[in-house]
Amino acid sequence: MRLLSRVPNINFMAIRRPMLAFAVVTTLVSLALVGLRGLNFGLDFSGGVLVEVVYAESVALDPVRARLDDAGLTGATVQYFGSSTDVMIRLGPDAAEGAGQISTRILEALSADGPALEVRRVEFVGPQVGDELATDGALAALFAIIGILIYVAFRFEWKFAVGSIVATVHDAFLVLGWFALLGIEFDLTVLAAILALIGYSLNDTIVVYDRIRENFIDQRRASTVDVVNLSVNQTLARTIVTGGTTLFVLTALFFLGGSAVHGFSIALIVGILVGTYSSVFIASSMVLVLGVTREDLLPPQDEEIDETP
Amino acid sequence: MKPYPTWKFVLLALVALVGLVYASPNLFGDDPAVQVVLDSGGAPPATVGETIATALNDAGIDAVSNQAEGDQWVVRFASADDQLEAADVLRPALGRGYGVALNLAPKTPDWLQGLGARPMNLGLDLRGGVHFLLEVDVDDIRAKAKDRYLNDLPAFLRRENIRYSGRRAVADGVELEFPDTERAEAARSAIVEEFPEIELTPSPDDPLKLSVQLSEAEAKRLVDFAVRQNLTTLRNRVNQLGVAEPVVQRQGEARIVVQLPGVQDTSRVKDLLGATATLEYRAVSEADANAAAATGLAPPGTELFFTREGNRPVLLMRETIAAGSQLIDASATVDENGQPAVSVTLDGAGAKRMFAFTENNVGKPMAVLFREREVVTNYNAKGEPMREQREIEEVISIATVRGVFGKRFQTTGLTSKEAHDLSLLLRAGALAAPVEIIEERTVGPSLGADNIAQGQMAALIGLVAVMLFMAVYYNVFGLVANVALLLNLVLVVAVMSAIQATLTMPGIAGVVLTLGMAVDANVLIYERIREELAGGAAPHEAIESGYGRAFLTIADSQLTTLIAAVVLFALGSGPVKGFAVTLSIGIVTSMFTAIVASRALVHLLFARRSLRDLPV
Repeated sequence: MRLLSRVPNINFMAIRRPMLAFAVVTTLVSLALVGLRGLNFGLDFSGGVLVEVVYAESVALDPVRARLDDAGLTGATVQYFGSSTDVMIRLGPDAAEGAGQISTRILEALSADGPALEVRRVEFVGPQVGDELATDGALAALFAIIGILIYVAFRFEWKFAVGSIVATVHDAFLVLGWFALLGIEFDLTVLAAILALIGYSLNDTIVVYDRIRENFIDQRRASTVDVVNLSVNQTLARTIVTGGTTLFVLTALFFLGGSAVHGFSIALIVGILVGTYSSVFIASSMVLVLGVTREDLLPPQDEEIDETP
Repeated sequence: MKPYPTWKFVLLALVALVGLVYASPNLFGDDPAVQVVLDSGGAPPATVGETIATALNDAGIDAVSNQAEGDQWVVRFASADDQLEAADVLRPALGRGYGVALNLAPKTPDWLQGLGARPMNLGLDLRGGVHFLLEVDVDDIRAKAKDRYLNDLPAFLRRENIRYSGRRAVADGVELEFPDTERAEAARSAIVEEFPEIELTPSPDDPLKLSVQLSEAEAKRLVDFAVRQNLTTLRNRVNQLGVAEPVVQRQGEARIVVQLPGVQDTSRVKDLLGATATLEYRAVSEADANAAAATGLAPPGTELFFTREGNRPVLLMRETIAAGSQLIDASATVDENGQPAVSVTLDGAGAKRMFAFTENNVGKPMAVLFREREVVTNYNAKGEPMREQREIEEVISIATVRGVFGKRFQTTGLTSKEAHDLSLLLRAGALAAPVEIIEERTVGPSLGADNIAQGQMAALIGLVAVMLFMAVYYNVFGLVANVALLLNLVLVVAVMSAIQATLTMPGIAGVVLTLGMAVDANVLIYERIREELAGGAAPHEAIESGYGRAFLTIADSQLTTLIAAVVLFALGSGPVKGFAVTLSIGIVTSMFTAIVASRALVHLLFARRSLRDLPV
């Protein structure tokens, strides 16, 4: 079976300027969204308490709120979580400050003479931990990018390193923008997904770059633009197939993996769509914009061979 | 087609075999078991086995096995009912000093265990349980040290007959004032000699003032000691909870992680973690303790206690010479005669009283009393929690006063093991500094089971979808890729089991993601083969150059992902780390399976045939 009957000949690079402009716009929009709406930071980062309980029978939310208020736990967010027997209670970091016992108080308030319930999950994160996680997470992303930059610069050339980082950072920003736009909770697993995306998106970009490098050496007469175009076209089938199979699996994770990995799978699904697009348009266009030449990539020993007639 | 080197076939067969062996423990399931650990750490002595066997025999419970497994003593049972009953029998039979916990012991056969093959660890999110992150109050440690010097220094100067005209607490230490420079200088040199651990700075504008600060090194040492003591204390307390495989670990400078698999009642745990324990040094009364024990009446001014070992009655004077809160340090050492001893350091106030007491009581016995107060939650007939305070009071050592001592002294007359245990106990008794819970994550067992089921389902569906696609899209080569994919899965499980990495929900997500990405290497190769074929290459040639040319691309693309994963592992915590572990392992194994395994298979299938067309 074939997706593409033969290597296509799409002139991707002809529209590189509008596509780059589009990327700049979407990146700016994403940043603006993150800046204006902010990310809906989950408990991991914001701190606070989250208690998820399952009642034996369906329960109304107002009595639950009343019980919490009676126990002096005001300002709690109480909502259904999946069904009318599953209730999630959240208290912000202010209410939870300095109180490791707060979850116990919530559970006592709910279980005293009330309907039978089972605790599914309790999470309490003190404010100091949340701040640290945010810092560590940002640091992890930064160091991952620096490490990749060094590796690509070493294996290829600095222009490729810059191109791949621009594409990768673009992908990460777009996912952040998406999360800000829809207000999806941003927790540690989402951070992990974004870091995984950095790896995936790079993977995709490197495959194209690898072919560009190879074609520069093989196709001695073609122009730089033609080499890049050819490379993108040659790797297109692979790009789509790998993206597709990964999406299959992530879709399975999204629908079947349970709530614990929802954020993770959404981030990666969006990220892989964006990452595939960016490796075709942004990463490849960037090396042209940066003015890559055949000489940039020729290894020294090839030049020697060149001189022999 | 070039011959494929034999050593690669051998390597592949070997890796596949080792992979299967180390992945297999995950298939055997568990036995209900009771796990016995020594509170003071280390492996329980072999005599425990006999005590257990006798107790079980008396109660008429049959054990499947009763033996040391690693650092623990594990008793396996045929059913969960036997297990519960046995735990109730064993707790009183073994008594204090042992932790008895319900556990699920993996049924891995002996020959596999002999190879070090064990099943994967499941994270708390997959089996339910509670995770606490505790922070030791560093400010409290510093403040206490400052208070101590505020008392110790003036007392010391009075003893040395150096008059001072004023003292006051300043932001980070103590400031002393002297009537003249001579005395200021005398005080300075005396203090430097007696308290090498503190820093002295003469006030720049007033030579009569001397300001004393805790040196950074000493502050660090105090915090370090307090955290280590808290670790020991918490470990002992957690052992009493009867939780299988508890984790009590230091994290960073002043934090402690406590993980209790299977625990639900967090309020009880919190009570226990915060419980207070103290230690008291008291004079032993010369009155008849046995008579007092018989009547239950202690003579005036004394109190009746029992020893920890042997439950012997002891009468102690009511007055405390020194208490555990005045204890700064305790360690097992040897005395000047090479005999085992416990070296104890008291703070200023404690040292003063100890000095006064020992001066007048050489040759008389002194006892160490251990008191612990904890809140115990029991359930009444209606299943409602009833909390009560329980006090444990035991005499842990009686020693004869051999000479006068103060700040630092040694308790001798112990065996080396006793010295070790006592020092541990002294340190383990009380929390050296208050701890605060700064993070709590409780996962109910039903959620844990759901997480596993959902994760497995997602992985299975994802795997089947990808395998179907590969088979349809790449024909015979797709089947080869599927074999490689399955081998990859086996290898990931094998590596995770072998290194005893903990599988978490994000970890499963990592495995699922690697499944998606693992096909990439195969896709790269097959697309390349197709291209070579389209370019007019002969089938064997196409296979050769397909694998050959795709290799560099695979290496480059996977290594960049690996870099990201390694950084995640190094800097991440919790779920991020779990995810990074599986992702890194998945990348490495998928490179191996795609390059070595799939190529070997293709070689076996096609090398000996003359082909006109490739089923790709």
